[in-house]
Amino acid sequence: MSERDKDMGGESTELSAEDFLDPLEIPELQPGVMEDSKPYEAAPEFQESLGFPGELVPDWKERAIAMIGELRDKYRGFRVYLDACVKCGACTDKCHYFLGTGDPKNMPVARQDLLRKVYRRHYTFAGKYMPWLVGAEDLTEEVLDDWYAYFHQCSQCRRCSVFCPYGIDTAEVSMAAREIMDEIGKGQKYCNEIIGKVHTIGNNLGLQKPALAATLEDLEEDLEDDTGLEIKLPLDQKGAEILLVTPSADFFAEPHIDGLLGYAKVFHAAGASWTISSYASEAANFGMFIGSYENMRKVSLRIRKAAEDLGVKRIIFGECGHAWRVAYSFLNTLAGPFDFLDQRYPIPQHICEYTYDLIQRGVLKFDKSKNDHIRLTFHDSCNIARASRMGDKPGGQFEIPRAILRAVCNHFYDMPEDTIRESTFCCGGGGGLLTDEIMELRKKGAQPRMRALQEVAKEHGVTHMAAICAICKTQFAKVMPEYGFAMDSIVSVHQMVSNAIILEGARDGADDDDEDEE
Amino acid sequence: MAAYELNGTTYEHDEEGYLTDISQWNPELAELIAKDEKIEMTPEHWEVVNFLREYYEEYQIAPAIRVLVKAMKKKFGKEKGSNKYLYELFPYGPAKQACKIAGLPKPTGCV
Repeated sequence: MSERDKDMGGESTELSAEDFLDPLEIPELQPGVMEDSKPYEAAPEFQESLGFPGELVPDWKERAIAMIGELRDKYRGFRVYLDACVKCGACTDKCHYFLGTGDPKNMPVARQDLLRKVYRRHYTFAGKYMPWLVGAEDLTEEVLDDWYAYFHQCSQCRRCSVFCPYGIDTAEVSMAAREIMDEIGKGQKYCNEIIGKVHTIGNNLGLQKPALAATLEDLEEDLEDDTGLEIKLPLDQKGAEILLVTPSADFFAEPHIDGLLGYAKVFHAAGASWTISSYASEAANFGMFIGSYENMRKVSLRIRKAAEDLGVKRIIFGECGHAWRVAYSFLNTLAGPFDFLDQRYPIPQHICEYTYDLIQRGVLKFDKSKNDHIRLTFHDSCNIARASRMGDKPGGQFEIPRAILRAVCNHFYDMPEDTIRESTFCCGGGGGLLTDEIMELRKKGAQPRMRALQEVAKEHGVTHMAAICAICKTQFAKVMPEYGFAMDSIVSVHQMVSNAIILEGARDGADDDDEDEE
Repeated sequence: MAAYELNGTTYEHDEEGYLTDISQWNPELAELIAKDEKIEMTPEHWEVVNFLREYYEEYQIAPAIRVLVKAMKKKFGKEKGSNKYLYELFPYGPAKQACKIAGLPKPTGCV
């Protein structure tokens, strides 16, 4: 904390470390305090629709153990992660769920060990013959209970892996654990119900085409009321140049929808030909959260099919964290090659890259004073920060969203360095944990981020935080009131763009009022 | 599976209290679900619940908050067309809590 105090500007010199709760403060240990935090299990219908057994199979132990071996042989990284840990402890205080709950099983190494101890028992020489010497243990019902509880207290955010000297990625271990649990009939309701909806309807919400069309029409009306301009949100437009794939929350929730209006204004200002697809009306890909390659692939193939059917030349992803990880890192493997797209553009491209490029080229003009009622900070979403990139330079995923925000508002302040960029904290609801029955975990997991926000709120009078992830936005809208912030203190990056963008021929001052956001 | 009991009839619901068979919904049951949510139904609550049901009938999904706010504003006046107003009526969120009382499925996804 003292380092930061030294860096503070003149206006804040009177504040001392005691005024803040340290986001990184190590809590007192509370063994087992979160052992009952478990999301609802998936009903047989949701399990079976994804090709998993409806309920726990009689020979679950044998199948789970066999599957650890299969995954070990299939994924080299998984094997390295299980074998390499030397228990150095560097990761122990890096997880937001550990910092928020104090439960030692939320230390990343302890979480990994829930699976590693069974792996050692069956797949290592020492574990087979001298299990007591190497912490190897049998798979029991209690262990399975722990798996279900604590692998659903990992948001797969990978903060721990940044600090691990071996680069062990707990997210991979938790994905594998969830895959094993799905395969033995113990899946999670929230993720599996949603993946089923994407396979049948095309999005997480279950929003059918007529409802989507009506919503977009309604929003076009709003845009016209605000600006006097016909700003379109085209749906299923064949021959459009750009396919926008965005989280379905952008069609439904606040502040997501304000971000969608921002994309529409940017496309309008650029004179772009673009469309949304009702068939692939979802950027999110929860197949990743449950470690299921097959489901992840099936969801991705919808995007490919939509792009082919509509004859687009480019694919752009909206503000969705893990979607961008899947898109940036895996899309070509899952659903490529995309040789039918225009090769001069990134495949796929992020909406922030698109907007940033237009700003660089002077195509977009802003009246930053429209955001003067906001003092802003930026929350780096975990999957974008640690599992992808933007632009053509290292760190572009950190700089590009910030460059956009600085271009559209006058008051921007970063949170403490050890809580942002690659050290960013998860919002507390990522990785398939954005479900209400584990609200206590979500609130506690948000604590490090909220403390960092409280710090800039006190130091710089920050009032709002922007994000580029649908999960982060919903999670913060829900938990921010617990930490003294209004639910609409979380905003979309493209909402800020939307507020400030100058559109040719627009009625002046039309979107000054914020009454709908209050 | 858990269920609501009303006048000798049982109405099954999921873990979170959303009706399993939405065709079973009736206004009296809505009052009961609301009570579980610690909400006393007033005419203002009914305006929202009835609108949600109409919208659902047409689109098989609840409306976006923004669409709901706008429709409320159009139908019942400016002071009823705000997020704040809806959250005062349904503190756990108009989408989820009002849907539950209206007998509609819970909106899923990152919402």
